[in-house]
Amino acid sequence: MSETTSGDYEPKIVAFACEYCSYTAADLAGSMRLQYPANVRIIKVPCTGRSDAIMLLRALEEGADAVFVAGCQPGDCHFLKGNYRAKAMVPGVKTMLEEVGLHPDRVEFFHVAASEAQRWVEVVEEMTARARRLGPNPIRTGEGPEYGPGAKKDAGDEEDAA
Amino acid sequence: MIVGERKPLEEIFESIEGAKDILVAGCGTCVAVCMAGGEKEVGMLAAELRMGARLRGLDIDVSEATAQRQCDKEYLETLREHVEGKDLVISMACGIGVQYLALNYEPVRVVPGINTDFLGANLDVGEWAEYCQNCGDCVLADTGGICPIARCSKSLLNGPCGGSANGKCEIDPTVDCAWQLIYDRMKALGRLDRLSEVHPPKSWKTSRDGGPRRLVREDQKT
Repeated sequence: MSETTSGDYEPKIVAFACEYCSYTAADLAGSMRLQYPANVRIIKVPCTGRSDAIMLLRALEEGADAVFVAGCQPGDCHFLKGNYRAKAMVPGVKTMLEEVGLHPDRVEFFHVAASEAQRWVEVVEEMTARARRLGPNPIRTGEGPEYGPGAKKDAGDEEDAA
Repeated sequence: MIVGERKPLEEIFESIEGAKDILVAGCGTCVAVCMAGGEKEVGMLAAELRMGARLRGLDIDVSEATAQRQCDKEYLETLREHVEGKDLVISMACGIGVQYLALNYEPVRVVPGINTDFLGANLDVGEWAEYCQNCGDCVLADTGGICPIARCSKSLLNGPCGGSANGKCEIDPTVDCAWQLIYDRMKALGRLDRLSEVHPPKSWKTSRDGGPRRLVREDQKT
């Protein structure tokens, strides 16, 4: 199935959301009937500290267009440091993506508190916009590297758009 | 324990050139503890290889397996079904494991997935430092449990040298002067007078300087 035309392409976003904060925020967004893109698939974890580089890599390998981890605000993690652990893990994954040939913007970490339904919406909108800008995951399309040497074209860096 | 780091992906891609059926073989001991070559790291490298290959148009098959250790035949044997039929194995073990796997599975092509760095202690989460140089003639009884061979940049036996300043080594401000540490420790032990005794030149025969070493314990052989 070709997804190269912008009309057909619907980004698949995977989100790791923690039970205590970001998942609750997503739930609240639903209760508040806030409208946001339906592209996100949420994986609930007890704490974002449970998330690991291998999970983000597998999500991308399986064809996700973008992956993000949403943890508690600094200092608020129910398990004390899980959100810091997850936040420290993401830059390493970005570097791995660059080495592989994927754009590092496809993964991100955000802080979202349980009460921040609107922030959850903003985060989902941000990642969906990034996935649209970057286009479908080339792992799925077989297009070739989108980053680094051998990248056929710029995958729509924000700096380029400026 | 042995401390190592994953090799850069590009270097690994170069070393696997020409191979199609690849096994990434992990080790569950030292390299798993320093998060370089354990089961999780095997999964990560395998995912990176598959994705990288897809983007580069390379046709490779990457499978994964981890043995408890790669320095013992009995544990290496557990990888047999995974190695069978493969063109190449990327061993994520230390240099010992890479070589022993290659020997035990001759003539399969084996390449290293990590760089083996040093024998070290775990100082903190994600932090290790070299503590032993396996010289084969341990002097720790004379230095209060701090090794002058491994932890002194010059491996002095009668330190410190003139480069010791504020407890740090002149080669790097983050490196402790081992002899300052030894002095402090011996003082705390009340054995400072022992440091006045001059240690004679070390025989390096028992160290790697004397050639590759081998140990045979006749009492263990049946």
